[in-house]
Amino acid sequence: MDFNLSKAQKQIQKAAWEFARGKFDREMILARSLTQSFPRRILEEAGDLGFIGIHFDEAYDGGGLGSLEHVLVSETLCRKDSTLGSALMFAGYGAEFLLRFGDPELCKKHLPSVANGRTISTGAFLENPGHDPGATAATGEKTESGWCINGVKQFVPFADQADFYIVLCRTDSRTSAAKDGLSLFLAEAGRQGIQVNKPCDNLGGRMIGFAEVSFADVHVPHSNMIGTEGTGYSHLQRFLLENRIQIAAMALGTAQGAFDRALAHVRQRRQFGKTLAEFPVTRHKIAEMAARIEGARYLTYCAADGFDQGRATHRDSAMAKLMAARCAMAVTDEAIQLLGGYGYMTEYEVEHFYRDAKHAEIFQGPPGVQKNIIADELIGKPGPGR
Amino acid sequence: MQLLSYTEAHHRFRKRLREFLSTEVSPCVDQWEKDRIVPKSVWRRMGQEGFLCPTVSADYGAIGGDFLYSVIVSEELARTNHSGLFAQLHSDVVVPYIDAFASREQKAKYLPGCVSGELITAVAMTEPDAGSDLAGINTTAEEDGEEVVINGSKTFISNGINADLVIVAAKDPAVENPYEALSLYIVEDKTPGFKRGRHLDKMGMWSQDTAELFFTGCRIPKANLLGTKGQGFSMLMQKLQQERLVTSVCAQAAAEMMLEWTTNYCRQHTDAAGKPIAREQAAQFALVEMATDVKLGRTFLDKLIVEHMAGENVVVETSMAKYWITDLAKRVSQQCLDLHAEFGLTEACPVARAFRDTRVMPIFAGTNEIMKQIAGKFMGL
Repeated sequence: MDFNLSKAQKQIQKAAWEFARGKFDREMILARSLTQSFPRRILEEAGDLGFIGIHFDEAYDGGGLGSLEHVLVSETLCRKDSTLGSALMFAGYGAEFLLRFGDPELCKKHLPSVANGRTISTGAFLENPGHDPGATAATGEKTESGWCINGVKQFVPFADQADFYIVLCRTDSRTSAAKDGLSLFLAEAGRQGIQVNKPCDNLGGRMIGFAEVSFADVHVPHSNMIGTEGTGYSHLQRFLLENRIQIAAMALGTAQGAFDRALAHVRQRRQFGKTLAEFPVTRHKIAEMAARIEGARYLTYCAADGFDQGRATHRDSAMAKLMAARCAMAVTDEAIQLLGGYGYMTEYEVEHFYRDAKHAEIFQGPPGVQKNIIADELIGKPGPGR
Repeated sequence: MQLLSYTEAHHRFRKRLREFLSTEVSPCVDQWEKDRIVPKSVWRRMGQEGFLCPTVSADYGAIGGDFLYSVIVSEELARTNHSGLFAQLHSDVVVPYIDAFASREQKAKYLPGCVSGELITAVAMTEPDAGSDLAGINTTAEEDGEEVVINGSKTFISNGINADLVIVAAKDPAVENPYEALSLYIVEDKTPGFKRGRHLDKMGMWSQDTAELFFTGCRIPKANLLGTKGQGFSMLMQKLQQERLVTSVCAQAAAEMMLEWTTNYCRQHTDAAGKPIAREQAAQFALVEMATDVKLGRTFLDKLIVEHMAGENVVVETSMAKYWITDLAKRVSQQCLDLHAEFGLTEACPVARAFRDTRVMPIFAGTNEIMKQIAGKFMGL
């Protein structure tokens, strides 16, 4: 199937694949996954070649392209390796806020070095598992020179490597709707009062270690506010809409990468006098995996294309994430099964694609959360109930 | 209704084992997971306490119990959330080959050590090119005077590093029919020509020492033949039923444990709206559906245990149970993680380890595809 990608888009795919083939060394990836360390040198190289911030404006050293091109890069890098690919794509996590909602001065200051792969940015929103941002307890208080941030954030990706954090804070506790009193700030890692705890031992996504980050009287200037006061919640929702499409793309690449490895294995592995590929049930499994991937790809590309055309909806992005992650779980699971004992061994890689698929499925909201988003848009939000 | 007739003695055994595991095993599990192996000393302690080989005769120092003791050990070990101390494999899969097929001399020589934990065992069937297809085994065993010379390589061998005794499946190259060529041999640790290969890195079961084994001109006395020459296949077939049943017991216990942790988590933690997760309709349905599947698995399994203990041929049902219950454990691990949200993505969540550990269950002891193949064959399809 072909999504009618343009020649330029196909070239981006090809260039990303060539880059990954050249730089994604399996031994290096397996060793670093074990110790949860991220190869920043490869991020720099990806930045130099334009794979980071491909959707940033050219004024900020970006590629000036859209969400669909960003999706193509994410998918391709994750296809080569789900752990390193997703980490490279997450390195610009926090910068997305600047790009979409930041004022030009702040963008000019930070975005070029993100696009060049020299800066890692992240977001600090969650305060507990399954956290509702509307219930944010971290505070931002106005001071003479700017804002003072206090609070503890959990599950901050790249917490120990990030050069800056985008922090969601309550700046007004008097508003009737809790979500109206939230604002976003950029806090540079070097600021006094920021403490990063030891990163969690991650199940998947082992190059984007989560950690708890505490902010104790962290002062930032007025200019570090993203957008205007009180827009934190709506900006976060808008960010999530776009980010879910990117997670769908990573899940899609993860599924495709596991599929590639499973297909190569069943073609070559012989049992009972023939290759596994000759067994009818194997053929059906391969067919099912391929069909799931095409379905996920269509939803993901459509959501990205819709975003680029100004027709973005929460429903489309949540559907892409729900189905692409489900596809990734089913396909990576089946890939392990097709490889048998080898599938369970680290060196055959599909086992980490499976863990990374689960990471994509839960991060930014497990399936139930995605379904709520879709249903809210299809049916309307439920009433308060009795 | 309780299908299994546990006696007071069984209950006391379970209680004693649970206490032992909570004081001498659980506190060490995180370290063993890091070490990628368990110390041999814990095997000795299991032996001293009478928890190894519970079905072996008291003549060899064991407790001489019925298969329910094995079930208890499998269930209680599953609660420790690790698989390094793979006593089930030793007690209920490997040692039964010796118990059932060995000569009196062999039994006298080996069984007391198996029971005491001095001898840790492994069984070496799988080879790089012979997984599901045992007829593809390439390891050879050739007689030379009073000795047998073994050549070949084995892989994915559980307890492979710690094993003091390995039961090796090897074929006589002079026999053409692969089903008549296979024999089982006992190879002791430190036999010249027997070397351990790599300790394999896996998604889960980190504390379990899965390894490659190499046999190069490995000479063992002819007396180390287990059972009758050329009967390897038949012996494997006889014992695989119990291996698969034990795998089902482990998977069932793992599913029950994950569900218990997750249910507790959902009771104790609130959702985004500040309500206990367990009070959310969607979470309730997910928990109820899993609990239903787990109960179905338990009922099927307990009935099979009764039939297996009665000596019935339950090869079809055992194959069904192995595939269905190991898939159940995998499914439960996936769904339970979702209910933990971001916490499920970290190893601090016990289900994360179980998610990695249980994924091998649909593969080992015969893949679930092979289980369906066997069931189909014996159903006359």
